[in-house]
Amino acid sequence: MKLEIKICRRKSMFLQEYWQSILFETEEENATVAHALRQINQTKGIVDTDGKEVELPIRFDCSCLQKKCGACAMVINGRPRLACDAALKEFVKKGQVRLEPLRKFPVVADLIVDRSILFENLKIMQTWVSGSAKVPEKHSDEAYEASRCLQCGCCLEVCPNFYAGGSFFGTAAFVPTARLLSSLPVEEQQAIRAQYKAHVYAGCGKSLACRDVCPAGIDVDHLLSSSNGIAVWRHHG
Amino acid sequence: MENKNNVQNINIIGAGLAGLSAAITLAEHNIPSNLFSLQPSERAQSVLAEGGINGALNTMGEEDAPQYHREDTLRAGVYLADEEAVRGLTEEAPQIIRDLERLGVAFNTQNNEILLRNFGGQKKKRTAYARSSTGKIIMTALIDEARRYEARGLITRYPHHELVSLLLAGESEKICCGVLMRNTYTTRLRGFAGPVILAIGGMNGVFPELTTGTTSNSGDALAQMFAQGVRLGNLEMIQYHPTTIGISGKRCLVTEAARGEGGRLYVMRNGERWYFMEEKYPELKNLMPRDVVSREMYFVRQDPACGDQVYLDLTGLAEEVWRKRLPDLRAELLHYLSLDPKTDPIPVEPGIHYFMGGIDVDREHRTNIAHLYAAGECCDQYHGANRLGGNSMLGAIYGGRVAARTVAASIPELAGDQLQELFCNADLHEEIRNQYAQEASPQIILEIRDILVPAMAIVRSEQSLKSAEEKLARLLEREGLHEREKHRIYLAQAMVASAMFRRESRGAHYREDYPQRDDQFCGLTQAELTQGTDIHMQITCRSGSRQIRETS
Repeated sequence: MKLEIKICRRKSMFLQEYWQSILFETEEENATVAHALRQINQTKGIVDTDGKEVELPIRFDCSCLQKKCGACAMVINGRPRLACDAALKEFVKKGQVRLEPLRKFPVVADLIVDRSILFENLKIMQTWVSGSAKVPEKHSDEAYEASRCLQCGCCLEVCPNFYAGGSFFGTAAFVPTARLLSSLPVEEQQAIRAQYKAHVYAGCGKSLACRDVCPAGIDVDHLLSSSNGIAVWRHHG
Repeated sequence: MENKNNVQNINIIGAGLAGLSAAITLAEHNIPSNLFSLQPSERAQSVLAEGGINGALNTMGEEDAPQYHREDTLRAGVYLADEEAVRGLTEEAPQIIRDLERLGVAFNTQNNEILLRNFGGQKKKRTAYARSSTGKIIMTALIDEARRYEARGLITRYPHHELVSLLLAGESEKICCGVLMRNTYTTRLRGFAGPVILAIGGMNGVFPELTTGTTSNSGDALAQMFAQGVRLGNLEMIQYHPTTIGISGKRCLVTEAARGEGGRLYVMRNGERWYFMEEKYPELKNLMPRDVVSREMYFVRQDPACGDQVYLDLTGLAEEVWRKRLPDLRAELLHYLSLDPKTDPIPVEPGIHYFMGGIDVDREHRTNIAHLYAAGECCDQYHGANRLGGNSMLGAIYGGRVAARTVAASIPELAGDQLQELFCNADLHEEIRNQYAQEASPQIILEIRDILVPAMAIVRSEQSLKSAEEKLARLLEREGLHEREKHRIYLAQAMVASAMFRRESRGAHYREDYPQRDDQFCGLTQAELTQGTDIHMQITCRSGSRQIRETS
């Protein structure tokens, strides 16, 4: 399998970005974008399609390689995805795959972005347990589903309403909140309900673009409707 | 270099389960901490843990109790683990699971009581689980708990920070007075004063692409600790998980819960399926401890009458199991192998999964250096020669708690500004400050890995170990190696030396030239780099009473 990998590069946040194309060849049928980047980074002296030596490493966040940690989220052929979940064979027909950093976050270098806003927003949302949040059995499915959020940021990349620093925090904030709304006793929900209304319910345009890109396949529709029910309409099931 | 400050905080390196647990425990004692990690907790290896966490909750009507958990843990570890430490672990386990339940971990339950499943090496159902993503679900709850303290200023998260070096003072008795970290976003170095808790995970980075762990763990941190005089123990004890599959760039775990729920291993023999574990081990069958299962898989594959591939047969599992207990596993197998475990046998192979050895700690999680502690997979406590499935998350959470309690208890003895003063006087050698910029070359990393793989395999011998020893010695003589590369070689040498020293077979360490257990080796193999950068290794074996018995 052979294809051109076109990468949006940037040495640091203070420098201009540029595109660099590398021809990549592998025998491995199930090789992913993450694998290709790791292989390229191990190839001393590799040159790009213009014959120029590639400055290594091509920086990208990478950790579990099996869709469970969200580190390697990037824009792949225009769509936010995990690099470890993007098989090269998907792109062979086209002959090219384009890699860009997520655009809703500040770029650190190459494909690495600073996603700290995700965690800052969760602090504002007060997603924590003060007393006890033993999950009621009837809400176990919601609590489990909401616990699976990777905090990768793919959902925010496609959201028409989210921008870093804005008051709408998006799906990456509401899913973890849904975990608590499904578990906390009613009397302990006050603070989190208020934050939910201000930073989720008030700003969500219900485009649900997030639903189609979540790498974990989280049932966003269901969590949104059940969280709205609890936080806004006070349905406690 | 920025000003040296932050003397008041405890420095925790690693934000997985052990690091989070330590930070939360310190916060409960009103002690602030800095939580450093290369990636935020959400990306830690702990999120990959699948099958569950052990604790004798006794909710399944099997008359379980912590003492049985202790006995199973010690037996599976072939009596190498410290009995008193394991006693603490197993006695606190039920409370740890209850604490997690209180934080909203969505464990599988029935009639509002936590369900427990069978796991390898245990005679009773003792493993609490959240379907087949227990690590991720527990991490989510603990991260939220840490966030509560973060909002109060008791925990400061420093993601994208890499450990460069410990800051040590003292001559014969070393004191850790702080740590030098590098911000990987800005590349700036910064020193942080105060005691240090290492929670840096296992040695996956020594075996890139061949383990079930993460790529974030390069192994450099442990190699650096070793080079700075931190004593390591039981490095030869590497757990090969029996059921892994190869995916792009790594081994992917097929949880032991698959066998706990009824999965069966077989190999083709003379044209028929041979369920070898069931025949050889009629009591625990497919749920023998992992070292035993992996070794049996190795042996049946050597048998000329048998095929070369072992399969995991999950076709007999009930629909309910796939829906409620192992949903993620089925999705994973469909995704990576295009095989549906409901109908297709799964080809599996043993893969490197866990390191029982690591930084040598005492029962209170102190290392051999004052004010330096270690917890989680990076240390050598609790699991002896082989870890029980379900004990890793337990060991990480409990170890983090114990280390934090020890630090909390030692605060009065820190003698005011003593550490701060030592920190300010710490000699930040030019070479230490320079070495951060030098990544070990990928070629050297792979070369070391390829030397170690045959030597540290499931079955070992003097011959294969000697060969690795010679190759590593030659590699060390190569010109142009920088410090980080040398440190990796020292660590590899220590692993090989430990395996050579243990001339017996015990748990995960099987020597074909010494196939029997020999209780003169019933102790810890310790490795210490005693003379700066010279490769002077001291391997000792000590008994449970912690007396040094032998040196080589």
